[in-house]
Amino acid sequence: MRIGITGITGALARLVAHRLLTRGHEVVGIDRRPWPDAPKGVTMFRADIRKRPAEDVFRTQPMDGLIHMATVTHFTASKEERYRVNLMGTRSVIEHCQAYGVSRVVFVGRHTVYGAAPDQPLYRTEAEPPLAGATFPDLADLVAADLFAGSALWRFPELSTSVLRIVYTLGPSQRGTLHNFLRGRRVPLVMGFDPLYHFMHEYDAARAIVHALEGGLRGVYNVAGPAPTPLSLLCRVTGRTPVPIPEPLYPFFSGRFGFPSLPDAALNHVKYPIVVDSIAFQKATNFEAEYDEVATLEAVRHLP
Amino acid sequence: MKLAPPLRLLVDEEIRARVMKLELPFNRYGLDRFGVSREHLALFYSILLPFYRRYFRVHTFGIEHVPARGRALIIGNHSGGLPVDAAMVISALFQELEPPRHAHGMVELFAQYWPFVSELFSRAGQLPGLPDHAVRFLEDERLLMVFPEGARGTGKLYKDKYQLVRFGTGFVRIALQTRSPIVPFAFVGGEEALPVVFHAKLLAKAVGAPYWPVSRYLLPVPMPVACEIHFGAPLVFEGDGTEADDVIEGYVSVVRSRIEELIDKGRRHREATGKR
Repeated sequence: MRIGITGITGALARLVAHRLLTRGHEVVGIDRRPWPDAPKGVTMFRADIRKRPAEDVFRTQPMDGLIHMATVTHFTASKEERYRVNLMGTRSVIEHCQAYGVSRVVFVGRHTVYGAAPDQPLYRTEAEPPLAGATFPDLADLVAADLFAGSALWRFPELSTSVLRIVYTLGPSQRGTLHNFLRGRRVPLVMGFDPLYHFMHEYDAARAIVHALEGGLRGVYNVAGPAPTPLSLLCRVTGRTPVPIPEPLYPFFSGRFGFPSLPDAALNHVKYPIVVDSIAFQKATNFEAEYDEVATLEAVRHLP
Repeated sequence: MKLAPPLRLLVDEEIRARVMKLELPFNRYGLDRFGVSREHLALFYSILLPFYRRYFRVHTFGIEHVPARGRALIIGNHSGGLPVDAAMVISALFQELEPPRHAHGMVELFAQYWPFVSELFSRAGQLPGLPDHAVRFLEDERLLMVFPEGARGTGKLYKDKYQLVRFGTGFVRIALQTRSPIVPFAFVGGEEALPVVFHAKLLAKAVGAPYWPVSRYLLPVPMPVACEIHFGAPLVFEGDGTEADDVIEGYVSVVRSRIEELIDKGRRHREATGKR
């Protein structure tokens, strides 16, 4: 198949591109950033998904499927920019797919849309409403994008749309939200709290995305593999030192003394778990992760 | 998952050996998929051991009614102004069953807000009392301990001792839905250990607890009073959990009267043996 990937220069998106190539597909890449050493089999277009040249790619490059991965987080973009890219970008991409006959769309979202809160069940199913807009306003744009992508299921029934809520990814690229949080040697925890963190190896995440696309999956699915692990253990096993900070002092330490800079509202995500139930995805696709929690963390520990 | 060095000193070696006998699916880090940690369980039960053996001198009867394996709901009365009864029932299932079993309690939500408490409860599998948690534990063939009186039960005053307050009905629906037997129990002695005469509402609000018990001697600390736990034969009801409320309430009243019988038996036994 001929598969488009938006935001292809992102770390996970590159893995997806490689995976598609090894599975015998052809890849059309769209990104505003360049990918100079893109592998053979990837046709690159430098375009912003919200602008006219991106639509021209859809018009001139017939595609069987599209994997939408052009989203940004608070670690890299301002609030206004996040709304423009995450929400308006998703809208454009889905509408282009509808207009130019791309029959399959995979929206790559995050499990953090469920939001961390003390009164939520440990395992979230797809039936749980995403609460991150309330618990962590900096994720509101991603929640909106996730729900908007899901609305394609009834607005454009002829499109096979799947919305994947993937847990944090860890791996050699050392990119992604959790890697950003673990960047330093010392990781700030909230004293007296040690939430379970749910993660999977980035290779497995790339495999899951390709699985969903190849299967023409429809619907909203949580994607996970290994069992969740307490944050303190995750830090220790990956060679970091967890530093418990009393909650009232946490904002003061944020961004200082080598600790990552977090918005105040992120505190709930350091106190309470977001763990997802991915049974529905496993049943629908027969996907099985190759890396368990031990193998995933060991792979990160041995990175330079 | 290792404990912090000062906490390691609290772990009793015999308890650790018993924890190793628990038939729970731990991974290489000694964690299960709910975040229950073997080392934290050893700490949890080590802290409870002196209370179970010496402080409350708990005597347990009818432990053979608790299934050795597989799912079951453990349902009983709240006795005393603090949920120490829950801790003692969990200890009893761990200490008296062979091999030991770990019970998951359904905890009031406020515990999640308290630092350290939140952490220890999460690692010991004592999660907030949400139906979703109950169903998942039972479907994973665990023991689930529920006090259908809820905080209304621990919030009883001494003048109402051993009078059961209204039972929630959710536990019966969950038992039917997951086809789990219900093992009733009575806890006696807790009311004498902490005779609550008054609730300090403002103080409760300040710390985020559902109530703050004020005992005869002011402090909300239970006295060292001998306690007894009496388990009864498992009850199994027909149905799938979608029945009308009046049917469910009928089942609830069966469980309730079974617990009342066990309380009477327990109180008579406790008086007769003269243990205080």
